[in-house]
Amino acid sequence: MKEYKYTEKKDTRSGFGAGLLELGRTNPNVVALCADLVGSLKMGDFIKENPERFFQIGIAEANMMGIAAGLTIGGKIPFTGTFANFSTGRVYDQIRQSIAYSGKNVKICASHAGLTLGEDGATHQILEDIGMMKMLPHMTVINPCDYNQTKAATIAIADYEGPVYLRFGRPVIPIFTDPNQKFEIGKAWMVNEGTDVSIFATGHMVWKAILAGHILAEKGISAEIINIHTIKPLDEEAILKSVAKTKCVVSAEEHNRLGGLGDSIAQVLVKNTPLPMEYVAVNDSFGESGTPEELMEKYGLSENDIVDAAQRAISRKQA
Amino acid sequence: MKVNPHNKSIDELKEVAAQVRRDIVRMVHAVNSGHPGGSLGCTDYFVSLYFKVMNYSTDFKMNGEGEDLFFLSNGHISPVFYSTLARAGFFDPKELATFRKLNSRLQGHPATEEGLPGIRVASGSLGQGLSVAIGAAQAKKLNKDNSLVYVLMGDGELQEGQVWEATMYAGGKKVDNLIATIDRNGQQIDGSTKEVMPLGDLRAKFEAFGWHVMEANGNSFETLLPALDQAKAATGKGKPVMILMDTEMGYGVDFMMGSHKWHGVAPNDEQLEIALQQLAVNEAADY
Repeated sequence: MKEYKYTEKKDTRSGFGAGLLELGRTNPNVVALCADLVGSLKMGDFIKENPERFFQIGIAEANMMGIAAGLTIGGKIPFTGTFANFSTGRVYDQIRQSIAYSGKNVKICASHAGLTLGEDGATHQILEDIGMMKMLPHMTVINPCDYNQTKAATIAIADYEGPVYLRFGRPVIPIFTDPNQKFEIGKAWMVNEGTDVSIFATGHMVWKAILAGHILAEKGISAEIINIHTIKPLDEEAILKSVAKTKCVVSAEEHNRLGGLGDSIAQVLVKNTPLPMEYVAVNDSFGESGTPEELMEKYGLSENDIVDAAQRAISRKQA
Repeated sequence: MKVNPHNKSIDELKEVAAQVRRDIVRMVHAVNSGHPGGSLGCTDYFVSLYFKVMNYSTDFKMNGEGEDLFFLSNGHISPVFYSTLARAGFFDPKELATFRKLNSRLQGHPATEEGLPGIRVASGSLGQGLSVAIGAAQAKKLNKDNSLVYVLMGDGELQEGQVWEATMYAGGKKVDNLIATIDRNGQQIDGSTKEVMPLGDLRAKFEAFGWHVMEANGNSFETLLPALDQAKAATGKGKPVMILMDTEMGYGVDFMMGSHKWHGVAPNDEQLEIALQQLAVNEAADY
């Protein structure tokens, strides 16, 4: 199992803030919009340097999505910022009609996704956002795994023409990817090569998968770990290449079991090569208040849950 | 700086309007679906914008740099939008015959997906157009582009909450390169706006949100054109401009006038003939 050392922990939303700051300096068409959550979204540095390119919308997310769509018509590249819940469920129809169906070049940047938002509880812990966004035609869906990757993804999506949903989170987590990485949309990242089971993880679950990989290695199990930072378009080639070797699959995501990364992978498998697969995901429920770690444990999203799922998947393989 | 490519006189505008109204009733009749009532009521407004008031090019470019832009928020009155765009020169009027049919660029509600020239955003799900128009207006300011942004909404559409988010934004943030118009025909699908959901004092409401509010008769070029001129003159003064435009649903076809029943119903063969007799114009110009 490959070692990933880290010296620092940071939140992925700060990676977004850093990426946006850099875009402010390099791309004059980039503009930012926020619905009264500038501090939470780490947009302050961009705003300080580019006050004329920032639009404070107030607590009116539907209006924010519409204004963003309109800004694209004048050649701007709008980055909207609010919590994932208010970036998707609250404004689904605005995104659907004014952005996705209208083919508008809006970057919907969503923080505090999933359970790890923590103490605020289920009203704010959206676990359905990946599903909603991936169902929209034209939409690209990205869920990077650490600070560095979120920064790189933020910068990369400005150069891509079309609507993007960029999902990130609140808690500090290890920084383990290359600070100088080039982010390729739709290209899965091989975290660890292995032979017994393929673990496809996204977002905060990638680090958990690495922890699980070490536990599995101690048990003599060689886990292949792949970071699916882009859920749509899905890197089917990387998935099929991996499962051709391992013959069984675990998906890991901080999202409802229904409609997330796991379902996208399952579609690839049933169409091409039906194989045993286990989901590590929230089992069709809402979250609740608690610390991020407590919640990940209670809702079955710990490294031990990935280990158990891997062993179950392996045990289901045809002899 | 662009100019209006037609710049017609009032008499010429009336002829164009009659032609557009003929197109509307023929389009909805042909597919036995669509929304003739609001389309007929707003015909004079569309014709005024595209044949006199707005400065634009029919060589359509999405970014509309240096051009006045128009957004239709109440997308169900697509027949009047499509006919106006075709008659203004964005595409061949013959294409109006494809309205609401399979593989057409003229979808039931306006869309950009099929690339119809003149359409800059999809609309149909109500309440979204004002926000989009504000965004386009803000981009013009960033681009130091002095042209204007127009948006039309229905009065029933004001029941959507997003409209008021956008209204608060435009007033509060002084989006003064924007001219919004409300088609105040007092009708919606289930009856009159009074019965369904009273709209209250719209002038007072928009003024309270920091808008410059005007009122105009939308079915008379003699009053509508000066109102649109005054609206233009009111831009650039720190306030978005609102025209509360009184129209009669179904205007121009007597049996369709003034009733919500023709909101989304097509005329039958006999009704079409009567309507076309009332909209007498050079038949040879029909699509």
